[in-house]
Amino acid sequence: MMAQGLTSAVYIAASILFILSLGGLSHQESARRGNLFGIAGMAIAIFATLLASTPTSYALVLGVMAVGGAAGSTLAARVEMTAMPQLVAILHSFVGLAAVLVGFGSFLDPAAEFEGAEKVVHDIEIFLGVLIGAVTFTGSVAAFGKLQGILHSRPLMLPGRHLINLAIGLGCIWLGVLFVGSDSAGSALWPLLIMTGLAFIFGLHMVLAIGGADMPVVISMLNSYSGWAAAATGFMLANDLLIVTGALVGSSGAILSYIMCRAMNRRFLSVILGGFGGETSTGESSAIEGEAVAVSVDETVQLLSEAKSVVIVPGYGMAVAHAQHPVSELVKVLKERGVETRFAIHPVAGRMPGHMNVLLAEARVPYDVVLEMDEINSDLPDTDIVLVIGANDIVNPAAQDEPNSPIAGMPVLEVWKAETTIILKRSMATGYAGVDNPLFYRENSRMLFGDAKESISAVLAAL
Amino acid sequence: MIIGVPTERAPEEKRVALSPSSVAGAIKLGFKVNIQAGAGIDAGFSDREYEEHGAEVISSAHQIYQTSDVLLKIRPPLSQGTENEDEFSLLRPGQTLISLIGPGQNPDLLNALAKKGITALAMDAVPRISRAQKLDTLSSMANVAGYRAVVEAATHFGRFFTGQVTAAGKVPPAKVLVIGAGVAGLAAIGAATAMGAVVRAFDTRPEVKEQVESMGAEFLMLDFEEEGSGEGGYAKVMSEAFIAAEMKLFEEQARDVDIIITTALIPGKPAPKLILADTARLMRPGSVVVDLAAEQGGNCELTRPGEVVTEDGITVIGFTDLTSRMAAQSSQLYGNNVVHLLTELCPEKNGEITINLEDEVIRGLTVVHVNEVLWPPPAPRLSATPTPAPAQPVGAGQAKQEERKKSGSALGSVLALAVVLGLILGVGAFAPKSFMGHFTVFVLSVFVGWQVIWNVTPALHTPLMSVTNAISGIIVVGALVQMSSGSGVVVALAAVALFVASINIFGGFWVTQRMLRMFRKDS
Repeated sequence: MMAQGLTSAVYIAASILFILSLGGLSHQESARRGNLFGIAGMAIAIFATLLASTPTSYALVLGVMAVGGAAGSTLAARVEMTAMPQLVAILHSFVGLAAVLVGFGSFLDPAAEFEGAEKVVHDIEIFLGVLIGAVTFTGSVAAFGKLQGILHSRPLMLPGRHLINLAIGLGCIWLGVLFVGSDSAGSALWPLLIMTGLAFIFGLHMVLAIGGADMPVVISMLNSYSGWAAAATGFMLANDLLIVTGALVGSSGAILSYIMCRAMNRRFLSVILGGFGGETSTGESSAIEGEAVAVSVDETVQLLSEAKSVVIVPGYGMAVAHAQHPVSELVKVLKERGVETRFAIHPVAGRMPGHMNVLLAEARVPYDVVLEMDEINSDLPDTDIVLVIGANDIVNPAAQDEPNSPIAGMPVLEVWKAETTIILKRSMATGYAGVDNPLFYRENSRMLFGDAKESISAVLAAL
Repeated sequence: MIIGVPTERAPEEKRVALSPSSVAGAIKLGFKVNIQAGAGIDAGFSDREYEEHGAEVISSAHQIYQTSDVLLKIRPPLSQGTENEDEFSLLRPGQTLISLIGPGQNPDLLNALAKKGITALAMDAVPRISRAQKLDTLSSMANVAGYRAVVEAATHFGRFFTGQVTAAGKVPPAKVLVIGAGVAGLAAIGAATAMGAVVRAFDTRPEVKEQVESMGAEFLMLDFEEEGSGEGGYAKVMSEAFIAAEMKLFEEQARDVDIIITTALIPGKPAPKLILADTARLMRPGSVVVDLAAEQGGNCELTRPGEVVTEDGITVIGFTDLTSRMAAQSSQLYGNNVVHLLTELCPEKNGEITINLEDEVIRGLTVVHVNEVLWPPPAPRLSATPTPAPAQPVGAGQAKQEERKKSGSALGSVLALAVVLGLILGVGAFAPKSFMGHFTVFVLSVFVGWQVIWNVTPALHTPLMSVTNAISGIIVVGALVQMSSGSGVVVALAAVALFVASINIFGGFWVTQRMLRMFRKDS
């Protein structure tokens, strides 16, 4: 049994460790130490809680944790780096689920006795905690399904979907009033249960209505929600550690969402309301005429062997084709020949923030040649060859030239300014935004059709 | 099919239609290549080199013409001269001739070819579309000519191109003006800047400014609104007022520059006279003018096609055989163009050519086929180069709108802040004291999070998400507390929560560690 004050002290220490853990991620060098801080914080927090509370059975607690821990570790050890977005999504859903369960537990707990204003506040806390948790849970499950390919990544467009959302929102408020107003636990249970069901539907519907290209925003948003759910649980249990952690995670996700939206020049609200990728542009965009020039592997090799500087722009297609390893080999070969080779990463390349960086790191590409959009855009005009691997919307010149384009104003990598741009693509299909890409028809663009991994491997073999 | 490459008989023609390396390309497509003995000598390719690449060397021109199905040449077939020099009469009906034809200038030749039953593919009639660029002989020859023009200029210019500071004194760099920034112009710019000259360029088409600047030259702007882009990326005839402004510019430049290279051509028209005799005389003695348009009459009034003339100390070079003066390079590029054409003609790679008139490129360069003259071809589809929209002036209205937007967003953030403060006050007025304590912690944590997260490098955003996944597993604390509840239902719910939260903690930290281990610096 631990004294209350001591537990609080440990919680403060854990909070500090968590903050240090996030702070550590500001540099690659300090990141690993940061993660260890996080682990330490978690360990002392769990330890202190176990000592302070008196669970009915330590064996049960430790057993459940061991099983869960083993499941989590197995998952983490086996997951492929290309599947990181899915893993993150499913982990979000667990936080949401735990928040719902703890919320219900807190509601049903006979030990909790509150009076007057405190009871009202406590009820609101429970209600909000369960609501946010439920939305996070089903939303993340839907995101997982889309990323895993179980669900179609096209946005689901129900007729009157905004009305449905509005109705659910109003329904939840009304149920909340009922819940707080009811005096017996029995009569309060129903509004809570119904609201949970509605929130489940809401979370599912919200994410289903969002297209695949907006996934980076969705994932960051759910990240944020999972934090707020933890924070709400903290209020409900009057636990400051939970509040601090939840707030940290919540603001982290919020910032990521903001960064992602800015990188797509979209408003957060319009992403959340969904439907992007299916709508036609409002104005008349000028039709693209001309022909794309295909090149063979041999010609690509020729071009590469004459180049002095090469920039590689990876996109989701590289992840799908698992091409990161041959790409890394290619970079090594080019470097040995004295070719300056770098990577250009658009903030929303891939399906989650930083996805491309992780894939390249996995393939042992040193991070100091992996540059961000703002760092490299000014260098592109002096670049001999840009290799675009499985990216489309993030290199679309229409974002700058075509005021009526659906992606107008989105910051893009200006690859067309390079001497020659080689685009590796499976076909002439459009990207997730459904926008045709005038880049393919530029005079200095060459298309290398085929599976990215096979193409790169062939180029590598020929070099 | 047998491809025959005869020696060019035109006087002063040093090029050959296939280089040894392109012979290999043709053989790869399934063709057999016969080459006349000594055909490549002037271009620096020996018979032995051709044989090494798989060609058969045949001594008599007659035999080449007799045996081949496809005849590859540079110049259009000559029909004057003695029996032995008459290339035209050596052609056999049914043969395919691939060469420069000049279909616009030589209607008689086209008719004669049609009458004789020859299929003629004109290398100088390749449509100007992106896909056909690799066949475009005009571009590759213009490239050579542009380069050579600089070499000729350097030969006749008695000074360095590059500026130097030597022990004997300072040498200023040569100033070069290039008129017309087509392929030849750009090649000239490239060669001249590479030699260290200060290069300026002028073109009636404003969209080439970027290309000119990318080659390292200064683009001279004319303070005049007129779009000079004609169909297919070529220039067109400009208005009188424009030309007057242009002339003034050239006069100013002539006083200043040492070398002028003119490359201005308008398809199907005589070359525009841009450097009048008076303008040329404004140049300092010792200056050089190279006129790449000499064959079409010249851009300079002093130009005499094929000759070098010196007037008042100014040398005007009017060579019409600049490409032949770099025969090895020209032949190699021409040969590559031809092999690309053969690839188009022989998609099966079986050594048989098929003239597919449905194909826009093949249709364009097929000028005679089955006794019929097919010149001129239908107009090409638009090229993909977007015609620039008239520059939208950033008018006052737009600026105002932007300003309004800005002030709107500032107002918005002030309002949002006020709302948040109001909410906090509202909460403070009604909420119990215990809640306010937690609320303080919450608000401060959000701010701490906000400050900390902005410092996270974008490259680590994925690890950031997985580590926040892990630490939001702290919800396990709530589940742990509830595990001590007296109610069985609560314990059961808490147990499930404990389970999933544990997955998060272990999974999240583990995968983060895995990822972070992968990030490494180049040692």
